Amino acid sequence: MSKVKVAVLGSGNIGTDLMIKLGRSQILELTAVIGIDPQSDGLRRAREMGYAGVATGIDGFLADPELKADIVFDATSAKAHLYNAKVLKEAGIKVIDMTPAAVGPYVCAAVNIDEHLEKDNINLITCGGQATIPMVHAVNTVSPVEYAEIVATISSKSAGPGTRANIDEFTETTSRAIEVVGGAKKGKAIMILNPAEPPIMMRDTVYTLVEEGKMDEEGIRKSIAEMTEVVQSYVPGYQLRTEPIFEGNKVTIFIQVEGAGDYLPKYSGNLDIMTAAGVKIAEEFAKNLLKKETV
Amino acid sequence: MTNERDILITEVALRDGSHAVSHQFTVDQVLKVAKALNDANVPFIEVSHGDGLAGSSLQYGLSHTNEMELIEAAVSVADKSKVAVLLLPGIGTLHDLKEAANLGAKMARIATHVTEADVAPQHIAYAKELGMETVGFLMMNHMAPVDKLVEQAKLMESYGADTVYVVDSAGYLLPGQVRERIRALKQSVGINIGFHAHNNLSLAMANTLVAIEEGATRIDGSVRCLGAGAGNTQTEVLVAVCERMGIKTGVDLYKMMDLAEDIIAPLLPVPQEITKDSLTLGYAGVYSSFALHSKRAAQKYGVDSRDILIELGKRKVVGGQEDMIVEVAAEIAKNKNR
Repeated sequence: MSKVKVAVLGSGNIGTDLMIKLGRSQILELTAVIGIDPQSDGLRRAREMGYAGVATGIDGFLADPELKADIVFDATSAKAHLYNAKVLKEAGIKVIDMTPAAVGPYVCAAVNIDEHLEKDNINLITCGGQATIPMVHAVNTVSPVEYAEIVATISSKSAGPGTRANIDEFTETTSRAIEVVGGAKKGKAIMILNPAEPPIMMRDTVYTLVEEGKMDEEGIRKSIAEMTEVVQSYVPGYQLRTEPIFEGNKVTIFIQVEGAGDYLPKYSGNLDIMTAAGVKIAEEFAKNLLKKETV
Repeated sequence: MTNERDILITEVALRDGSHAVSHQFTVDQVLKVAKALNDANVPFIEVSHGDGLAGSSLQYGLSHTNEMELIEAAVSVADKSKVAVLLLPGIGTLHDLKEAANLGAKMARIATHVTEADVAPQHIAYAKELGMETVGFLMMNHMAPVDKLVEQAKLMESYGADTVYVVDSAGYLLPGQVRERIRALKQSVGINIGFHAHNNLSLAMANTLVAIEEGATRIDGSVRCLGAGAGNTQTEVLVAVCERMGIKTGVDLYKMMDLAEDIIAPLLPVPQEITKDSLTLGYAGVYSSFALHSKRAAQKYGVDSRDILIELGKRKVVGGQEDMIVEVAAEIAKNKNR
């Protein structure tokens, strides 16, 4: 089976974890890891694993006729993405934006990828969004959600300086995506950092209020169980901590996300769900591209 | 505020007390309380949801009245006192801060867990830009060793905070520990030092006096102990004690006593006492706003609320993790019925 070529832009923790996950893909072929620091550990690792390690940034990658990609993961920063998005669009390369820049539409791997297969740039929302929006959507497909609120608790160790310096981006982006992708009329997001040692797993609590008189407990239970399996297909460590709680028109869902432990430690479920969702979306893009080639 | 003061008191009943009334404050109540505080010459009046701006939620409890209306009401009757707001990064955002500043809030208290100060720089810088006085509010202070506290306080100072607070959110600290903490800060930062107590172990006043002795000049109190758990250092009592000790607060004692007796007492759902739940908070080192949530969960699952709180303490749960309460209660109930 022919594979679709991909490259990873950014040679930090996220980029390196992506590299390991991509090595397992049946349909994606990683060609290059692109960084800006020739000394970076990520680039050294990429070369060791037989990939091209480009230290001259996106411009260096695009200028090299030997290097090809149909899809690029951007694991740099929101600011850098604005430039990357522009040059990659000009080069006709699809982009999976893992930064908070949100140049393209929000995509949650378990919910709305089919609507965006033809887009040249999609955004992965936030870790809390990838973990909780599937559940908001699962409830909303059975009983219309008036209000959804999510609380994401992550270990302090798994929150990097970028997340910390821009914590408002998390609350605002996630709130919006709960509405736009999850389907809730109103969304709210809260993030908590817990410094306990050993580090805690990512935990998410999803509260939804459904329209008065529209509660279908059995339908919602079934929908939640099905959605859990969908997410588990690409994030094996995704699980419900306990049964959902139903009170009046409120449904409360408790989630835990354990990482796969590829490059990032297992407690970093918040980062793992982003890289896993990125690979899942790239695979859907790839299937779509290959389908076109064969027709 | 022309008279000289040795310490500046921030009255927190209209923010911390929001927990005790399950976030049901009304405009009318806030008008009355804020007016009386202004008349009594209290320097700062904090008004926000108990969990800070944008805290109104299913996780913490929905506000009866939008906090922005409450802030506006307080500002409208405070011509001497300044209105302060609390903001926890991760819950409230710069937009909320701006809205509060536009309504006339003059002080922003940016609250983080004691080890997580580095989520605050944006909010502190923006509050400064909005012309507000800024406070770095290091919560659950007992959970970090002193050297870690010093490191985090220095971060707050580097972000531009005018004051850094030792916040004993669980009411867990003993007087010797407060002394050690305030003394270490006094030696290592150049900004004002503040102290926020909870009375869960009946030590709020003792701890506050120790803090003042070691050089803290910003002190939080709640009139009639209207705060989370067993409440905070009781403001009117603090004013009296300081007067006896020759520490100038600039606050009118009689007016504070009248406010406590005539306005606050009637609006309390139950008197603010050290109940077995609030005592357990202080004993186990648990965030004070967990008390009422645990009581409700205990009733629902037929378990002892103290067992829930002790378990939460063991799991090193931090402020804001109210969603753990129901989960722990359900677990205890399950184990009990095995």
